[in-house]
Amino acid sequence: MNNFEQYRRRFLGGALATAGAAVMPGLVLVEVAHSRAPDEPVSSKNRWGLLIDTTKCATGCNECVTACSKENGWTQKEVYSPQDPQWIRKVELTHNSTGAKHSLPVMCQHCEEPPCVDVCPTGASFKRDDGIVLVDRHICIGCRYCMMACPYKARSLVHEDLNDTQLARMPRGKGCVESCTLCMHKIDAGDNTTACAEACPEHAILFGDLNDAGSEIAQRLAGHASREIRADLGLNTGVRYTGI
Amino acid sequence: MHIINREIEGKSAGYWALLCGLGILVLIGLYAAYNMEHHGHVITGMNNQIVWGLPHVFAVFLVVAASGALNVASVAGVFGKKAYKPLAPLSALLAIALLAGGLAVLMLDLGRADRAIITAWEVNPTSVFSWNVVLYSGFFGFTAAYLWTMLDKTAKPLYLFAGYGAFIWRLILTTGTGLIFGFLVARQAYGTALLAPKFIVFSLLYGTAIYVLVLMAAYGWGQRALGDEVLRRLKNMLQIFIAASFYMTFVYHLTNLYFAKEWDFERFILADGGLYTTLFWVGQVVLGYVVPFILMAAPATRSNRAVIAVSAILIILGALAQMYVTIIGGQAFPLELFPGFSESSSFFDGEIHAYTPSHWEWMLGIGGVGIALALVVFAVKVLRILPESLADEVADPHVKK
Ligand code: SF4
Ligand code: SF4
Repeated sequence: MNNFEQYRRRFLGGALATAGAAVMPGLVLVEVAHSRAPDEPVSSKNRWGLLIDTTKCATGCNECVTACSKENGWTQKEVYSPQDPQWIRKVELTHNSTGAKHSLPVMCQHCEEPPCVDVCPTGASFKRDDGIVLVDRHICIGCRYCMMACPYKARSLVHEDLNDTQLARMPRGKGCVESCTLCMHKIDAGDNTTACAEACPEHAILFGDLNDAGSEIAQRLAGHASREIRADLGLNTGVRYTGI
Repeated sequence: MHIINREIEGKSAGYWALLCGLGILVLIGLYAAYNMEHHGHVITGMNNQIVWGLPHVFAVFLVVAASGALNVASVAGVFGKKAYKPLAPLSALLAIALLAGGLAVLMLDLGRADRAIITAWEVNPTSVFSWNVVLYSGFFGFTAAYLWTMLDKTAKPLYLFAGYGAFIWRLILTTGTGLIFGFLVARQAYGTALLAPKFIVFSLLYGTAIYVLVLMAAYGWGQRALGDEVLRRLKNMLQIFIAASFYMTFVYHLTNLYFAKEWDFERFILADGGLYTTLFWVGQVVLGYVVPFILMAAPATRSNRAVIAVSAILIILGALAQMYVTIIGGQAFPLELFPGFSESSSFFDGEIHAYTPSHWEWMLGIGGVGIALALVVFAVKVLRILPESLADEVADPHVKK
C-alpha cells in the first residue's frame, strides 16, 4: 500500500469515526478505540470472530461458500471429490429425536487453544496475536497432523497442482495444508469484515471483535445464548453459533 | 564354550540375489515417492477425510516394531540374562534398521517431503511430532552405541550405560509414538493415554516376531547352527507378548465401551464396520493372536520350527491388520460435531469415510520394509553381528538335554 492510500484510509476512517461518534456516542466510540487501522501492527487488543445465527441461515443456500471460494481462489464445485479442498461448507443437521432441522456454515473456528497449532511439528500452523489461526505455506511440510488434530475437519490438503487458479493475495500450494484465514487480508486492509459475512443475504454471519465490549458481536454474545461447537473440548473458539 | 561372532561370507549367489531383491523393493518405494511428490497426493487413495493412509500403517508398524526388536538385547543387557547375550547384536541392528525403514516412509509420505529437514530447526515444543524427531535421533544414537559396545571389546566399560540408555529410550520412544494418536482428543478412536502402554506391549510382540523370522532366515540360509533351546525361549516370549497384547486390546475396548462412552465408535469397529470389523476380528485377533498362540502352545506343534516361523508371520500380518484398524478405521468413523444430530454436508460430515489405497501407497510401504531388511542383510556381512553357532551347547551350556 502506498503512502497516499494509507493516508486516504486513515483519513476516511477518522472522518467516519467522527461522523459516527456524533450520531451514536457511547457504542461507536468504544468500537473506534478497538478496530485496527491498516498500518497498526496485529495485536492481542483484538480477537476477531464470527457469530452465526442459525435461525437465519437457509437450507440450500451456499452464498457464503461461493463468496469464500471467489475471495480466496479455491474451486467451488457442484459435487466435490473427497480430495478437493473446502474452506467452508454448509452442514445440514437433523435432530435425532425431535427431527428439528438446522443449516449452518462450518469453517475454521479460530480456536483460542488450537489443537492444530499444538501438534504442528514445524510451527507452520500458528495463531496470530489477534486470534486468527493460519498456516505458513513456507514451512508447512504437509504432514497433515493438524488435520488429524482439528476437531472440526476445518483443514484441507492441496492434493494436486493448482494450475494457477490461485490469487496473488492468497498463496496456496500443492502438498501444503490450508483453511479459512478469516479473510485476514481484508482485516489487515481495514475492511472490518469477511467475504462470507458480506455475502450472506440473510445477514446470518456477524463479524467483529470479541475483545471489544462495545462491538455488536460482543453485545449480542453477552445478551443471547450462544454455543461453541464441541464446547466440551474447551478450545474457546472464535466462531460462535446461536439458534441451536 | 566361547561364542565367536563373525561376518557372514556373503559371496553366494543366494546372498546377492537377496540383496538385489531387497534393493528392487527400495527402488520401487522411491519411485512411488517420486510420483507422489511430482503429482501430489491426488494419485493416492488418501483424501481430506482419511488423511493418513497405508504409508502410515507401514511406517507406524515399522517404528513400533523397531522398539520391540530391541527387546532381546535389553533382556541380555539390562536384565542380565546370559542366554540372550549372543542374540543381542542382531536385536540392536534390527531395531536400527526397522526404525530407518519406518522413518523413511513417514518422510517420503509428506506433502512436501523436500522440506522434511525443516523439522530439524523449526521445532515446536508442544508438538508430539517434534518430540518424536528428538526421540528417533536419540534411539539411533543409543542403540548404535549399544551395538558398538557389544562388538568392540575396548568399549566394554560403556556397555551397561548404553544398554540402559537404549532400554529406557525405547520405552519413551514408543510412548511418544502412542501419544501421536493419544493426543488427538477430538477423535473417538484416539484421545486416550492408554494408547501409549498399548503401543509398548504391541511393540514387544511385533519386534520379537520379526526378530525370530530374521534369525531363522539368517541361520537357515547361512547354514549356521541354531539350537532348539534358543528358539524355545523366543517362542515363550512371543506367547507372553500375545497374551499381553490381547489383554491390552481388551482393556482398550472395554475402556471405550464403559468409561468413555464411545459406543457408536465401538459398534463400528467391533460389529458393523465392514472391512474394519473383519480386519479386527479375523486379522488382529484370530490370525494375530489366537492361531499363533494355539500353534505355539499345542503339544503336537509347539516344538516344530516351521510352526514357529508360521506363527511369527501370522503375528506380523495381525500387526498390519491392527495398524490398519487403528489408523484408518479411526479416521473412517466420522467426527461428531453436534452430538444428538445427524449431520450431512458436501465435506462428507456424518458419513463413514471410504478409503482404497492406491498401488503407489503399497509400493511406498513395501519400500520401507525393503530399506529395513536391506540394511540388515548388508550389515551382517560387514559387521560381526551373528555368532558362528547358536547350537544349544554353545548358546547355553547349562541347558539340560
Ligand atoms: S478449527 Fe481446527 S484448524 Fe481452526 S483453529 Fe481450531 S483446530 Fe485449528
Ligand atoms: S500439515 Fe503443515 S501446518 Fe499441518 S501440522 Fe503438518 S507442517 Fe504443520
